[in-house]
Amino acid sequence: MPTPTSPPTPASPTPPGEHLLEVRDLHIEFRTGEGVAKVINGVSYHLDPGETLAVLGESGSGKSVTAQAIMGILDTPPAHIRSGQICYQGRDLLELPEEQRRQVRGKEIAMIFQDALSALNPVFPVGWQIGETLRQRLGMSRADARRRAVQLMELVQIPGAASRLDDYPHQFSGGMRQRVMIAMALAMEPKVLIADEPTTALDVTVQAQIMDLLADLRRDLNMALILITHDLGVVADVADRIAVMYAGRIVEHADVRSLYRAPAHPYTKGLLESIPRLDQRGGKLSTIRGLPPNLMRIPSGCPFHPRCPYVQQVCVDVVPHDLVLGDGRTSACHFAQEVHDDRAG
Amino acid sequence: MTAPADPTKIRGETILDVDNVVKHFPITQGVLFKRKIGAVKAVDGVSFDLRRGETLGIVGESGCGKSTLARLLMRLERPTAGRATLAGRDLFAASGGELRRIRRNMQMVMQDPYTSLNPRMTVGDIIGEPFEIHPEAAPKGSRQQRVQELLDVVGLNPEHINRYPHQFSGGQRQRIGIARALALRPEVIVCDEPVSALDVSIQAQVINLLEELQDEFGLSYIFIAHDLSVVRHISDRIAVMYLGRIVEIGTEEQIYERATHPYTQALLSAAPLPDPEARDRRDIIRLTGDVPSPADPPSGCHFRTRCWKAQEICALEDPRAVPRAADPHPSACHFAALRE
Repeated sequence: MPTPTSPPTPASPTPPGEHLLEVRDLHIEFRTGEGVAKVINGVSYHLDPGETLAVLGESGSGKSVTAQAIMGILDTPPAHIRSGQICYQGRDLLELPEEQRRQVRGKEIAMIFQDALSALNPVFPVGWQIGETLRQRLGMSRADARRRAVQLMELVQIPGAASRLDDYPHQFSGGMRQRVMIAMALAMEPKVLIADEPTTALDVTVQAQIMDLLADLRRDLNMALILITHDLGVVADVADRIAVMYAGRIVEHADVRSLYRAPAHPYTKGLLESIPRLDQRGGKLSTIRGLPPNLMRIPSGCPFHPRCPYVQQVCVDVVPHDLVLGDGRTSACHFAQEVHDDRAG
Repeated sequence: MTAPADPTKIRGETILDVDNVVKHFPITQGVLFKRKIGAVKAVDGVSFDLRRGETLGIVGESGCGKSTLARLLMRLERPTAGRATLAGRDLFAASGGELRRIRRNMQMVMQDPYTSLNPRMTVGDIIGEPFEIHPEAAPKGSRQQRVQELLDVVGLNPEHINRYPHQFSGGQRQRIGIARALALRPEVIVCDEPVSALDVSIQAQVINLLEELQDEFGLSYIFIAHDLSVVRHISDRIAVMYLGRIVEIGTEEQIYERATHPYTQALLSAAPLPDPEARDRRDIIRLTGDVPSPADPPSGCHFRTRCWKAQEICALEDPRAVPRAADPHPSACHFAALRE
């Protein structure tokens, strides 16, 4: 399992010491009529070939905005990238002109969205939509694009792919639509796939099918996967590493097993304790008191301090830095070691 | 109303009795001369009962008919067939004053706290609106005080009575929805996915609130959800629905530890567990394909097209939800057995 500090990345075009994709100290704000919302406040994470990074957070934590910044599909304005870098294979994407950015988008880094029905065009057959990328980007002929679309639909295990090529999105079930989306994202054989809540709109049995498919594809095509989700269960099933976001920051970053065994940030700990478990019937659920902060008025010091059971005066005054814990994990909490030992001990 | 002998019945008198309820939505063709060319069998013969102070969880995937069932019980839809009684009163035959009295006794909490509150009404008006329809529930002068009490009960600041829904977060809005449902002091509350639109850290607060209110007011809940962990946490008994039918019903322990219907077993095995250590140990039953269309359900057992146990008899004979040899709770499968 790769640790955040020493990435084993053989057989990759990345120079040593560099990651396939690296977000460095990203700051993004939304300038709206009502004020400035600080949506991303110094986010850093990285990704190596073939690995699965889960970005976990609740609504408004900034998990999707970071992904949109990587893809270059943020609406600017209102969004404004204040500072930071997004390095892909050593190049800073934010510095690239739009023309070169397009060469990366879709071809190197592709994205799938939560709601497949609204992400697909209702008036064109799915085969045409999968082939559109191939015709536009690779200059394939219509016949070749059709043939390749069938292969892609077979790759994502759509039964009877050839016969369903001319069907429209509404003729597919939710799970099949998400497969069509994945087929479109894979058309250019990207090295990084960003999946933004890919199974949130799906039923449990279908969700399991789609997560299996993503895991298989990642392994077979040696893709790196960024899985954006709010679901602690989905993360536990597929991720290698996990970055937990709160109020536009990564509050904890660890490999998935050690994080679930002993969370080192009070927010992660609170989340894990507040979910009901399928394998046990508990009494009263423990809760995280209060509400997530308004991003226009983020609390001083640690943004989590008004809700935190470990809060001390230092938390109100000083913004905590990433504290590196023994096993290569980080936690942005003044009392990370105490929180960590609380669970383990 | 006496309940028939059944080993799953443990305690309490029945408050809501639902017997073989059916709802078929017609599919029509033509504009001027509409012809009925088929029917979507949303709810296809559902029976259960709910006892005082109990929570009955209803789980199932989208399209299984769980929300239609809720709407039928609230008399928002007319059933095609079947009977239901609430505290001895016939639910589906009632009209006029009788219906109003029944509705006072059964309220609903909706899924989406954003669209189920009128943005142009203050919180006080929203929670007080039931008193306009049922003036006997609170005399005019005491209404403001009653609304403030309700706000306090659901954990909101009573001084916020004049605020509008947009000034509240999702979790707080769901509390407003719960306060509105409590206004008429009902005995039964139907909760249709009450926490699925909420964030994880807020979800637990609302679940705890629902449980506290149940203890305080002796409420009975019908708790509809697709999240199996949430349903297990809150429910005393659970009914599993598939394509308009209840395939298995039993106590929380019977369904989660000793399920005998293949669909329940598959559903439970596919639910993601927040435990990476369990990743390798888990034995997920992978169902193939999708849920068939409720307009054209398979003959016999509705689940047979995706079932690994399916035999000839499953296509010919509709399995009844009766107690089976494997475990004494009703399971609608010819080959009901505990999972090995």
